[in-house]
Amino acid sequence: MDLTTLTYIAVGLSFALYIGIAIWAKASTTGEFYVAGKGVNPVVNGMATAADWMSAASFISMAGLIAFLGYGGSVYLMGWTGGYCLLAMLLAPYLRKYGKFTVPEFIGDRYYSRTARIVAVICLIFISFTYVAGQMRGVGIVFSRFLEVEILTGLIVGMSIVFIYAVLGGMKGITYTQVAQYCVLIVAYTIPAIFIAFQLTGNPLPQLAFGSTVNGTGEFMLERLNNVVTELGFLEYTTTNKSTIDIFAITVALMVGTAGLPHVIVRFFTVPKVRDARSSAGWALVFIALLYTTAPAVGAMARLNLTETIQTGEVGAEDGNLVFEERPDWMKRWEATGLLKFEDKNGDGRIQYYNDANAEFAAKAAEFGWAGNELSVDRDIMVLANPEIAQLPNWVIALVAAGGIAAALSTAAGLLLVISSGISHDILKGTFTPDMTEGQELMAGRIAAAVAILIAGYLGYNPPGFVAQVVAFAFGLAASSLFPVIIMGIFSKKVNREGAIAGMLTGLVFTMGYILAYKGVFFDPIIANTPDNWLFGISPEGIGAVGMVLNFIVAFSVSKVTAEPPEHIQHMVEDIRVPKGASAAVDH
Amino acid sequence: MDEQSAAYWKRNVKLVASLIVIWFVVSYGFGILFVDALNSIEIAGFQLGFWFAQQGSIYVFVALIFVYVAKMNKLDREFDVHEDDD
Repeated sequence: MDLTTLTYIAVGLSFALYIGIAIWAKASTTGEFYVAGKGVNPVVNGMATAADWMSAASFISMAGLIAFLGYGGSVYLMGWTGGYCLLAMLLAPYLRKYGKFTVPEFIGDRYYSRTARIVAVICLIFISFTYVAGQMRGVGIVFSRFLEVEILTGLIVGMSIVFIYAVLGGMKGITYTQVAQYCVLIVAYTIPAIFIAFQLTGNPLPQLAFGSTVNGTGEFMLERLNNVVTELGFLEYTTTNKSTIDIFAITVALMVGTAGLPHVIVRFFTVPKVRDARSSAGWALVFIALLYTTAPAVGAMARLNLTETIQTGEVGAEDGNLVFEERPDWMKRWEATGLLKFEDKNGDGRIQYYNDANAEFAAKAAEFGWAGNELSVDRDIMVLANPEIAQLPNWVIALVAAGGIAAALSTAAGLLLVISSGISHDILKGTFTPDMTEGQELMAGRIAAAVAILIAGYLGYNPPGFVAQVVAFAFGLAASSLFPVIIMGIFSKKVNREGAIAGMLTGLVFTMGYILAYKGVFFDPIIANTPDNWLFGISPEGIGAVGMVLNFIVAFSVSKVTAEPPEHIQHMVEDIRVPKGASAAVDH
Repeated sequence: MDEQSAAYWKRNVKLVASLIVIWFVVSYGFGILFVDALNSIEIAGFQLGFWFAQQGSIYVFVALIFVYVAKMNKLDREFDVHEDDD
């Protein structure tokens, strides 16, 4: 069977599975729609959380980013896993004990303030839409590459699937489809990694192969990689040219941002008990770690494979480079997408791949008769092209396509649900139309989800020029606005309404202002985005860390000079600190 | 807050604080601040600092959560604030 047919079968089967689950898990109450009736097993919830969390960026882009950043890519590995420790120990059990439906609801109740709740909903909606646009784009790209359809057609199919299970099933439908999606994506990710690890080192476990010797040589893989890339003028793989403070700040912003993302937090509202919320975070991280410890190995192996495919012999030797006409088929296929490009600048019929931005090496390269780097690779193709590079059978490639779509859809659904519950529960029921019945609220939630899907689809099709830039926004805002007020709401009885609102607004305005000034989302940047200009040498990606600190400082200071929270709020804080007496699961 | 709850909360905060210290040391310490020093040590094909940044810290994160779960379950029982078993 040819690749396209196989891919249709793999993707078609996975879609049939998701729809089947949606019909089985239809939500009939607001409790089921918002939090799956609080009856989800902690291991199952861990798996659903892993799929919820791991987006198209984790599945498709991360290993490719690491391949080209080397050690610098560690910020994503630590940043996107370490937040789960914060979730497990500082947030999830207490919010589960509190036992309501949404994150803004907790903030509004704890700070006895509708304003605080509205500020939180605005942060939530902004963070979630930013994210979801990227997911829909990912669905479109996978469709257009593997199923050879227009991006628009791919988007419509993806939106329809999410529509069916998110609108019908709410959180309950989403939970069980996410479990299925996790299984699809983790199998799709690890199979090619295992094959490549075995081919390259003889050790099938990517996590170990990464530190093994390369077949046919006595050299350790990372050592060889360092040699191979530095010979071509690139930075040593295991080092970085980013400053330590920037690496530190970006890692903080990503970790804390992870713990402050509403669609992740809300998953811990779905388990029956407080102790389940704790263990569920552990299971989530186990399932996430399976992919996150494989990704750096995939990145290193892909970089080595790519470099050695082009640089077949000694650097500078006349026959040391790949002859253009003899390039492997996978390169030709990806050239068709425009994501891989060659340009024979020196007209020798061979491909040279080196760092021509390195002046010292470029001078040396000129002596070899090289006239500039001739290969440009989009980082996003590394994972998708991996099975082709390793010459794996077509069904593996088809599976990777289904995995990429699963990763994007599962995250999109989780985000759409928090957007819809923010609108129906926090804005409508909680603020403007408090006397609506449960049936009306459920209908409002479904309509809000449907509208959110349409907007997400539109953003995926017409990505505003700033999609890539606003990713920094999502994490920065979650880290600097939501995370600190939730933590202070649990660990301090003294932080009050005035403090929380002032803190959230400070974090929000500072972080947003800083990112806007350097990245210029709707206009040209006000200040050039270079390390010399950054505050303390911290890039816009990491500035959420500073925003978070400011939020804490302002909230504590303002609380000190204003009235203490009322008695009943202090009792509420005491109550969420002990597990006993959490509201029970409703029938499942 | 009565004395019993205050003592429970104090033990809880102490446990979390000690785990967060480990969390900080393996990731920000070994993986970022002292990465160069640790990279001079090489074990099984990995420079140690690099390994902590791309592998080790993640394994430690997982272990920390399960240690937390076990210790908190024990603490809950000790202070009789655990939830009923079904």
